[in-house]
Amino acid sequence: MKLFTNEAVIEFMEDKMAVSGLAVFILFIALALAPSLFTYQNPYDLTQLFLENSFQAPNTNFVLGTDEQGRDIYSAIIYGLRISLYVGLVSTFISVIIGFSAGLISGYYGGWVDTLIMRVADIQLSFPSILIALIIMALWGAGIGKIIIAITLVNWVYYARTARGVVLLEKEKDYTQSAQALGMRNLKIIFGEIMPNTTAPIIVIATVRIANAIILEATLSFLGLGVPITEPSLGSLISNGYQVLFSGYWWTSVFPGIVLMVLVVSINLVGDRMRDIMNPRLKR
Amino acid sequence: MAKYIFNRLFHSVLVMFTISFIVFFIMFKAGDPVELMLPIDATQQEVIEMKHALGLDQSFIIQYGKFLENVAQGNLGNSFRYGQPALDIVIERFPATLELSVLAMIFSIILGIPLGIISSLKPNSILSRVIMFFSLIGISVPVFWTGMILVLIFSVVFGVLPSSGRGEVFLFTSALTWDGIKHLIMPVITLSAFQLALILRLTRTGMMEVLLQDYIKLATAKGVPRRIIVYYHALKNTLIPLITVIGIQFGQLVAFTIITETIFAWPGTGKLIIDSIQNLDRPIVVAYLLCISVIFVAINFIVDVLYTFIDPRVRV
Amino acid sequence: MALLEINNLKTYFFTRNGVVKSVDGIDFSIEKGEILGIVGESGAGKSITGFSILNLIDDPGKIVAGEIIFNGINLLTLSEEKLEKIRGNEISMVFQDPQTSLNPVISIGDQLIETILYHNKKVAKKDARKTCLDILKLVGMPAAEKRMGSYPHQLSGGMKQRVVIAMALLNNPKLLIADEPTTALDVTIQAQILYLMKKLSKDMNSSLILITHDIAVVSQLCDKIAVMYAGRIVEYGRKKDIIFNPMHPYTKGLVACLPKLNDENDRLYQIPGIMPSLLNLPEGCYFKNRCDYADEECNTYPEKKQIDKRILFCHKVKEN
Ligand SMILES: Nc1ncnc2c1ncn2[C@@H]1O[C@H](COP(=O)(O)OP(=O)(O)OP(=O)(O)O)[C@@H](O)[C@H]1O
Ligand SMILES: [Mg+2]
Repeated sequence: MKLFTNEAVIEFMEDKMAVSGLAVFILFIALALAPSLFTYQNPYDLTQLFLENSFQAPNTNFVLGTDEQGRDIYSAIIYGLRISLYVGLVSTFISVIIGFSAGLISGYYGGWVDTLIMRVADIQLSFPSILIALIIMALWGAGIGKIIIAITLVNWVYYARTARGVVLLEKEKDYTQSAQALGMRNLKIIFGEIMPNTTAPIIVIATVRIANAIILEATLSFLGLGVPITEPSLGSLISNGYQVLFSGYWWTSVFPGIVLMVLVVSINLVGDRMRDIMNPRLKR
Repeated sequence: MAKYIFNRLFHSVLVMFTISFIVFFIMFKAGDPVELMLPIDATQQEVIEMKHALGLDQSFIIQYGKFLENVAQGNLGNSFRYGQPALDIVIERFPATLELSVLAMIFSIILGIPLGIISSLKPNSILSRVIMFFSLIGISVPVFWTGMILVLIFSVVFGVLPSSGRGEVFLFTSALTWDGIKHLIMPVITLSAFQLALILRLTRTGMMEVLLQDYIKLATAKGVPRRIIVYYHALKNTLIPLITVIGIQFGQLVAFTIITETIFAWPGTGKLIIDSIQNLDRPIVVAYLLCISVIFVAINFIVDVLYTFIDPRVRV
Repeated sequence: MALLEINNLKTYFFTRNGVVKSVDGIDFSIEKGEILGIVGESGAGKSITGFSILNLIDDPGKIVAGEIIFNGINLLTLSEEKLEKIRGNEISMVFQDPQTSLNPVISIGDQLIETILYHNKKVAKKDARKTCLDILKLVGMPAAEKRMGSYPHQLSGGMKQRVVIAMALLNNPKLLIADEPTTALDVTIQAQILYLMKKLSKDMNSSLILITHDIAVVSQLCDKIAVMYAGRIVEYGRKKDIIFNPMHPYTKGLVACLPKLNDENDRLYQIPGIMPSLLNLPEGCYFKNRCDYADEECNTYPEKKQIDKRILFCHKVKEN
């Protein structure tokens, strides 16, 4: 089943929820690309913050209120969104590349390479990813680059497995065998023949995993093991707000949380729909 | 059969070994706990003495060998922080963690499976759409945020549920006292939201696929009542693969107690491990990870064996 | 009164790419004890016809018109509960693909026994089991006793087929719909099973609808034959008329496919071309593109003609 045929696109468009999910996601990306265009304050430029504005409830000046340092929550959310999306997208991109290659190699060559890669994957999968990421971050300390590596380390497995599965299926089909008969070089077979057929399922999984990566990052940041305070993501904003939740300053954590939730829901809506389209058996 | 069980057992032991090595290696590389334990103005001499006392001045291999030897005797060393045996500290707190995880799993299963079935039977009905909407939220909302919102609503705003602690414990669980139950409600919901949604969605997709199969059509053609077809013929096919998922997900639940316990100040292992990671209390972290691994490996083993009894296709 | 009478049955599938008229206005009837053959090539709508009789059409399909009158009752007006009582009891069906027709996680014995128990609550489980064993033996299942405890994956294709056939016979149905019941069996056993089904239906005075693409089978077993093409019946009548004097060009082609014993050059005839897609049917007669006789007249769909006891849709056959 192809994902980029006109038919598939039309089918996607028929689901209003999925289309709105996509629209929200695109909107968020736009906001994250140029946050300064959409905000009236750079929340991390200390010269723009005034302590007399601290802990203001949502009002006409600060639509979503302010935090302890007088930072506008709305602006902080937009900048935090940027970090969250950056971590989610970049880590997914890297894990796809690594996992995809590992899976292709594993499925295509088989033998001990396959055994080794899949054993590692098995053991890793039997261990909750949050725990692995947590330990890695605990060892290395907070940092955007580090968290991207940690997420990559836990996520490559999913793509490796999928890519391998598809390769094993495709290997059976006769076109690959005929390509082999023609004496095509291995690499050429992998990239010319097998890769185009692995793309669609990988994209579907990647979509769901972006959502997952964003949640993972937020969770680690919430525990204080994610991105540093100087570059707060949505997760760290929520974490900051959580400290003062009981003092009644609910807006400092609730609004970033809602945005995080909307972001993840919108990605999952898109992912769900793509998966349904890819599964011809559930078609109605 | 005996051979199969033996094989799985051997595999489990191997996995445990690998994990123990990785865990130890990571902690070995993790940095020097001594600096954190001594006051900043400690002298060089004090540092060396402390290292020697803790056995930290030896090579990696020797430390690992000693570690294995100790593990074999059930001795994982004393906590750097509390001075007591690390394993005891962890084990003492495990019941609270397991209580949360088990209750959350039960809650997810007894709600997730029926709701999944309902939403698969008439996928386009209003009720199904509502169920699917909430399940989408369930898989999309981070655990910590669910917990926070619950605390905000039920503790801060309405003040009807306690926001921290375990309440009154009777025997080994707080589920047997009214006070305990009140303390359990929010942590269990928080912990199970994701699992519930996941089980619901898997049940639903599974049922929808199974209900399209020829053998369901044949059962209908034989005049088997619809109710029996759904709850016996189709459900049996759906639930068998779900066993594996539930097994793996239980491990996830145990891991996610780290977050739930942090939010609700639940006196289990989750809070302990976060503190210990930050303090580089190596024996505690190692003891925790080994205990967790034993649980995961045991669950995997049980699921594998159970599977061969339940699924007629994999009789060995 | 006929046991089953089908009038103007239309079963359509409303797919994304358009409406598939799998069964598009067919009529036939079957008397008590009669054997009707439905022949046609793959995709002609034979199975869908069979499923329609039991009202077993899944989404996106729908029976959009027609009547299915069984014992004087229109099945299409019955509630699901009433249908449950008829299915597998008065009318049963052997599915085309035995590989996928059995539930993989329920034992063969349980799948057989439940067929009896859900229709007859008074039967003791032990007796039901005995009936199942007898019928399994009747359809030639080797080691029937042992097979009751087996699961489908432990059976060969032929064994599964026997199970499915046995299942359909358990409650002595008045009407048996057999959809390619012998595809998974080897040739000698095919004949054996088919004759067994014929014998049973004659013995019990029950009726049989035999669905197949194999005109040879129907020519040997059936009393009546309906020839289907692209969702419609093109010729319908007594066996002797259809086989010995086919009139519709398509039926002629099918009959020409029959191997003749005294034919020296043993080459089998094949009708040239393929059946049009149901989503892309030609104007007029659906068979015209493959027909040697087609001309302008065939650009409209032919009217129904009755010649003796035969129904026919073709411009080129003139009523005397
Ligand atoms: N679920 C469905 N959705 C869309 N079209 C369908 C569906 N089921 C059947 N059809 C169409 O209905 C037509 C008739 O199908 P049917 O199964 O009755 O053919 P058949 O005559 O039994 O063929 P065969 O000999 O291959 O079994 C086919 O063209 C098929 O494409
Ligand atoms: Mg068919």
